[in-house]
Order: sequence, then structure tokens, then C-alpha cells
Amino acid sequence: MFDAGRVRLRALLCLAPFAWAGAAFALTPDQAGRIAAGESETRLAALNEVVLAVDPALGSFLQAILADQVKVASGKAYIVRDGKATEAATGAAATLPEGAEDVVNNNRMRHEFEGALAALKLFSADRGERAKAIIELKDQAGEGNLVLIEKAEASETDPALKDQLAILKAAVLISSPDKAKRLQAAGLLAGSDQPATKSLLLERLAPGAEADPEVRAALNATLDKVQSRLAWGERLGVLFTGISLGSILLLVALGLAITYGLMGVINMAHGELMMIGAYATYVVQNLFRAHLPAHFDLYILAAIPVAFLASALVGAVLERSVIRFLYGRPLETLLATWGISLVLMQAVRSTFGAQNVGVENPSWLSGGVQVLPNLTLPYNRLAILVFAALVLGGMALLISKTRLGLFVRGVTQNRRMAACMGVNTARVDTYAFSLGAGIAGLAGCALSQVGNVGPDLGQGYIVDAFMVVVLGGVGQLAGTVYAGLGLGVLNKLLEGWQGAVLAKIMVLAFIVVFIQKRPQGIFALKGRSAEA
Amino acid sequence: MQRRHALKAATAALAIAGLISLPALAADTIKVGVLHSLSGTMAISESVLKDTVLMTIAEINARGGVLGKKLEAVVVDPASNWPLFAEKAKQLITQDKVVVTFGCWTSVSRKSVLPVFEETNSLLFYPVQYEGEELSKNVFYTGAAPNQQAIPAVEYLMSKDGGAAKRFVLLGTDYVYPRTTNKILRSFLHSKGITDADIMEEYTPFGHSDYQSIIAKIKKFASEGKKTAVVSTINGDSNVPFYKELGNQGLKATDVPVVAFSVGEEELRGVDTKPLVGHLAAWNYFMSLKNPVNDAFIKKWSEYAKANNVPGHKDKPLTNDPMEATYIGINMWAQAVKKAGSTDTDKVIAAMAGQTFPAPSGITSKMDEKNHHLHKSVFIGEIKADGQFNVVWKTPGPVRAQPWSQFIPENKGKKDEPEKK
Repeated sequence: MFDAGRVRLRALLCLAPFAWAGAAFALTPDQAGRIAAGESETRLAALNEVVLAVDPALGSFLQAILADQVKVASGKAYIVRDGKATEAATGAAATLPEGAEDVVNNNRMRHEFEGALAALKLFSADRGERAKAIIELKDQAGEGNLVLIEKAEASETDPALKDQLAILKAAVLISSPDKAKRLQAAGLLAGSDQPATKSLLLERLAPGAEADPEVRAALNATLDKVQSRLAWGERLGVLFTGISLGSILLLVALGLAITYGLMGVINMAHGELMMIGAYATYVVQNLFRAHLPAHFDLYILAAIPVAFLASALVGAVLERSVIRFLYGRPLETLLATWGISLVLMQAVRSTFGAQNVGVENPSWLSGGVQVLPNLTLPYNRLAILVFAALVLGGMALLISKTRLGLFVRGVTQNRRMAACMGVNTARVDTYAFSLGAGIAGLAGCALSQVGNVGPDLGQGYIVDAFMVVVLGGVGQLAGTVYAGLGLGVLNKLLEGWQGAVLAKIMVLAFIVVFIQKRPQGIFALKGRSAEA
Repeated sequence: MQRRHALKAATAALAIAGLISLPALAADTIKVGVLHSLSGTMAISESVLKDTVLMTIAEINARGGVLGKKLEAVVVDPASNWPLFAEKAKQLITQDKVVVTFGCWTSVSRKSVLPVFEETNSLLFYPVQYEGEELSKNVFYTGAAPNQQAIPAVEYLMSKDGGAAKRFVLLGTDYVYPRTTNKILRSFLHSKGITDADIMEEYTPFGHSDYQSIIAKIKKFASEGKKTAVVSTINGDSNVPFYKELGNQGLKATDVPVVAFSVGEEELRGVDTKPLVGHLAAWNYFMSLKNPVNDAFIKKWSEYAKANNVPGHKDKPLTNDPMEATYIGINMWAQAVKKAGSTDTDKVIAAMAGQTFPAPSGITSKMDEKNHHLHKSVFIGEIKADGQFNVVWKTPGPVRAQPWSQFIPENKGKKDEPEKK
């Protein structure tokens, strides 16, 4: 939370060079009242009047307004924190009059308040705070702030920040009536990497805005520089979204790569096993909310093993009760698992209701990290990327290095020979199927963080899962990886170009053509096992 | 052989039992149909409307019913499946003999059932804002027409307080409502001097869940000059991933505001609204409106939800615009039946004209004498951190609906009342 006392102290420190701005210009109760209530225009006029004084009281007042902590009664503003009211201008304790109303801020007011607050922070003693304030001001620089920005530039000691302030100032001066200033501003803006700068330049270059050919040429040169810098963010953005979608496809298809790829079971209930994983996450979330609200953010870690076990258990029951009687009869398996998927969906509908259930992101998975000014990577997608890699690595180790993995490979390559060597093939089948089901559960757990959790969650992914496995080449883990990531990136490239609806159709068409030309998928099994 | 006989006998017995019991029931109750998706992509929005209908019916029954008879709701689930809507509507009208149906959310479902209601001359009350371009004598539209929602919202975005937007992204789900609304909006924007270069139109399929590229596109579009705003006609559960992605990618309302036409309190349940503060919605009702009628409406709903275990609402009751429209619709229908003294479709239609009802939005809601639409006030709200809306703009009074938008040239000269058959 914002600590008013600390800020006041810091503000006082930073005010030292501006001692002249002292008492005479301090926030008066009348000004505070006018900022808090009335028409937008008059409120902004009052704000502009006060902000130039760089008054510390204004900073905490604006903070309070933005946090919806200010109430107004008969033209007087009060800050209400934890049920205690203080007078906004003086900070003296007060009793809140009857019928005090909340201050309503629309986007425009909030934008201006944030701008004013950032402008005040330009005078903070803390370098980090100043740097943050400059970034916040990137698209708020206007005539109103110009005086403050110039003042801040004059007092700024850090050369890097001074340059950035010059760029900020240039954003205002670009529309100055003085041609020399405009030219200089155009040159300065070339150092900017903000999308807002591009927007500003294009606006100046629009017909009717900038008439002077020399300045226009300078603007064009600057625009090229800014654009080439921004283009990187855009390219990386497409790549990231593609890989992110690919990682989801990969997770969805990994389980199927075992049950269908290695074991040859056409499991139409694969999507429903994912749904069970997602609902397991939901149940764990509710348990944490009810019993461990202090550790709510950690629920997802507990949900991962629970989702795996829940789906693996359902998978084991399915294999023991239905699927083991149908090995080698693909058509019957397909129909039986299709039926099972309907049963599972209805079971979930009867237990949890037909509506979607809400799975919240833990707070550390909300938001994103800003890599470039125009590229933000959301935490939940990054987490899924890492998670997919971990699951893939774990599974590859399990299949290639462990005894169970050896048995699975042995049984799927030559069941009778494996049986002759003393492998209990029936049990290996159950284990392998449960493993595939459990990984589907993990996928469901991951999906609950980006999409909706409802009874037909699985339906939306089952086709994608089969597409990835078939495209990659049945029986090949590496193929699944390439196909998943490849389809993800291809889908996102097409989406950027043609829109979501057409992209989906084009991807399907691509796969149809590809499978026509190369029925065995990207990677084909060689040798005798190919016929198995 | 024997088994088959037994089956036949059982079926016959059931059929006879059904025949006997139906008229017996019909004698002391009036049946009304409820046609809302309780599963599938639209369940997020529609399920609660079913409960609103049931609550209002219980309330009317507690007052003694209509024409001395109790109302009996027949609930079916068309499962967000558009052809199934028509099938279920037919079943309600011809088998269950309902005299009126409350239902539908998406325009594609309404278009799908329309022939059924016209052919059987039955009544449908449609409670959701829509694109207009339709006027059937068998339908009463209690939601907003474009001039009662979409146009004022865009006008607000273009105003100084709304951010003075000069570029627009029209983003929607791929079906008739968003496409038609965007057609109207495009022509409206043209009339305000905004060119096609400053308009971007994007559609996603129903149930779309990956909004990464769309948000990236919006960001890019917004960086190409002038203030940009997004008009979202995304419908159904896609809104949850859309708003999650919006928050995660840090697209703030002060930079690029998003105004939504199908997102209310209910759709935002379960979304972390803190990063979404300031994004907008345009409706004719918000739960946060302060007036005695609304307080009573919210209280009634909270109690009903608690007593009947409505999922989600029993712990956190929420009301929204289509719920209000449903509530007004049923009450007006009951008043009209009383006035007409009959449930006969044509008599009720005649009695509906000019009906009034004190609406929770704070106005006296009036059914237009001619065009089957309600007069409505328009509110624009900004999302608050707690998932409620802060009203930042409203019309001075109720606005009359224009089902045939003046911004579509072919509409010139169309009559503002349904063709009588």
C-alpha cells in the first residue's frame, strides 16, 4: 500500500530545489473539492492549476482518488481509509458528513490523474521511481505537462534519464509552431522505442498536420527507425503466441501419443480425461479457498499431482473394464470410447452442473512481463510453456530410461515376444494407458489456466490432439513435438494474416493435403515395427 | 417376441396416461415455455435467465397467478445448438401447449425459431440486445435495438470524456448479430467522417479461447496513429479468455478502451477484474444502479437464488441487463393477459401495446404502441475492481427503439410496425 507519511518525507526531500513552490501554492481545500467533483472540464482545469506547484499533498490526494478512497460532500473532499476520514487538503482528521458521495472517475479523468501523478514523481529522489515515471508518461506528454517535464529535465542528473526526458519533451514540441524546434524534436524522437511514438509520428504525417517538407522528411526518417525497432517486437510476438499455442497442442497430444501412438487405441475419450484433470484443478482450488485461504496462490501446485492421479485412475478403470477386451479391434474401440466420452461428460454435468466453472489464476500467474515496449508475455502462458517442456522431458525419460518404459516399448513392438520373455503384458497395458490418461489430466490442469472449464472442454481439443499425433507420425514422440509446435506457429501466422476463422480452415486443409502426400506423418517408423 | 409386445404395451400405456393427464393439468395452470441454453458455449449467459423466469413466475403465482390460474413453466435445454432451438420451440408449442415462450440469447437462435413461432402463431419474448433488422408480430423484443445500445456507446467513445477515439476495432463472434451490428456501426462511423482505413473488423468462431493474436493485432493497430477504441460483440464463454488475455497483456483502458455489448456482471464472474478497470459496457441496466425498485429486485433475486440453490448466485448473487429485460417481459405479459382476459396470441399482442412497468433500471418501462420494442434508457458503465460497473454516462430519459437502423440504406421507407397477417 501507499504510505502517505513516507511519500511526504520523500516529496519534501525532492522539493528542496523548489522551495519557492511552498505554502503559497499548496493544495487548498477548495482546489481539492474542485478536482474531486464537477464537470470533467472544470476538474481538469483545477488539476492543471495545482499540479505545477509540485505539492506533496496532491500526490497522496491523487493516489487516493485513483484508489476510490475519496468522497465528496458539499464541495469538500475527504480521504476515507479504513473507515477513518481525513480532510483531503490538510490531512486533518474529520468526520464524514452524511450523504457524502463517491468520486466517479471515467477513463479520461483517470488518464489525467495518472499523468499528473507520474509528472510529480519525476521529482522523486529515487532514480528507479523517476525512470518508472518517465515510462508512465510516454503517451501522456501534453501541453499541461511540458512545464514540469522541462523543469525535471533541468534538474535531472542521470544522463540516461535526461535523454529520455528530452524524448518526452520532443513528443510535445513536435507540434510546436517553431520549425527549428519541430526539426529538433523529430531528430530526438528517433531514439524512442515506444509504440506511442509511432502513433504520434503517423498523426503528424497525416495530411493536413505537417506542411513543411523538410520537417516531413525528418519525420519520415524517424518513423522508419522507430518502426524497424517495433517490428522486432511484433515478430517475436507472433513467434511467442505460436509457440504458446504449440505448447498447449503438445500437452494435449502427448497423452494421446502414448495411448494412440504407442498402444494403438483410438481413444475418443481422451478429451474427457483432460476435462477430468481440469475439474480436479477446480476441486483443489475450492478446497484451498475453503480451508487454506492464506495459501490460495499455491493451489495450482497441489492441483498438478491431483489432476494427474484423478485422470490416471479413470484411465485405469477404463482400460481394465472396457478397453482391454477390445485390443486389435480399432472400430469397436472407437465406438466404445466415444460412448465412454459421452458418459463421462454427462457424469460431470450431473455432478458439477452444465455451466462452466470458474478456475481463477493464482496471482503469480496473472499479468505478464514486458520484454519490449510492444511485447508483453503473459505469465500463465510462460508457465504452460515451461510445464509442457517438463512433462515432455519427464515422459521421454520414463519411456527411454526406466524399466516400465522398456516394457511399454517391448509390448507395443512385439506383444507375444514380450510375453514370452516373462513380461506381464496385461499389466503393462494398464500402466501405459493410465500414464497416457494422467498426462491428459495434466493438460487439463494447464488448460484451466487459459480457457474455460466446462463439461465439453474436451470436445474442443480432441480433433486437435489427433491432428497433431497423426501429422507427427504415429508411434513417434519427436514427431508429436514437431507437429505440435509447427501447427501452433503455422496457425498463428495464418491468424495474423487471415483471421481466426479462415486460419482454422486453412490449417485443416493443409493437414488433409499433407496426409494425402505422406500418410505416415512427418516421421515414419522404419523396420519391422512399422507393421505392428 | 414377448419382449417386443411388452414394450409396445408399455409405450401405449404411457401414451394413454399422457393423454389423460395433459388436459387435466392444463385446466388449472397456464403453461409458459422457457427456451434458454443450459449447456454449451452460451450457458454462461443464458442459464441465469431460466432462473429469472422461474423466479418471476413464482412471484406472479404468489400474487394469485393470472386469470385465476397458476403459471407453470416448461423448461427445455436447446444446448447452444441453433437447429435444436427450432425443434425445442416446436415441441414446446405443439406438445406442451405453452401459450407464450421466454427465451433465446443469440440472434442466430432467434432466427432459427422465428418461422416456428410465426407458423404456429405463438408468442416469443426475447430479452437480449440485438442487431435490429427484424420485426415479427409474434415476437416482443425487450432488449435493446442498436440505437438503444451500440450507437450511443460509440458516440460516447468519440466524445471527449470517452477518450475522443478516432480509430475503431470492431471485434466479434462470427454470426449474424456481430456482423450486422458492425455493418450498422461502420456506416454510422462513415457518417461521422471516419474512413475505412481507421476501422478494423475481426471475427472469431463461437467458443474461441486463444485471443493472443487478436490482442497483438489490436496493439499494433492502436500504434498506427490516433486514439483507438475496441467495440466488442464477442458472445458467450469466449469472453472469459478474451478478458483474461487483455488483462495479462496489460492493455489498459486508459490506452485502448474496450466497450462490450454482451458482457455484464454475470460474464465477468470468475475473471480477475483488477487489470480491467475502466473498460466499458453499454447496457440499459446495471446492478450498481441505485433506486428503490432495483434494490427490491436485487433483494428478491438474492433470496430466490439462496432458497433455490442457483449455482454461483447462491453465494454471490448478481443481476444484469438481460435478467432485467426478462423480468419486465414476463410481468408485462401477465399484465397484458389480464387486460385481454385471455391468453390468445392475437388478443395478448393487442393488449401489450402501451403496457408500462416500473423497471429496476429506475424508469417506467413502456412497450411501444407499435413496434414491439421497449423504450429504454441507455447507460454506459466502466468496470470496477469488484466486477461491478460505474455508470459514467446515461441518456436523459428513455429512448424509443428503431429496429430498422437508419444507417442501413435499404431500410429507407420500411414500416416501423410488424406486417399484420
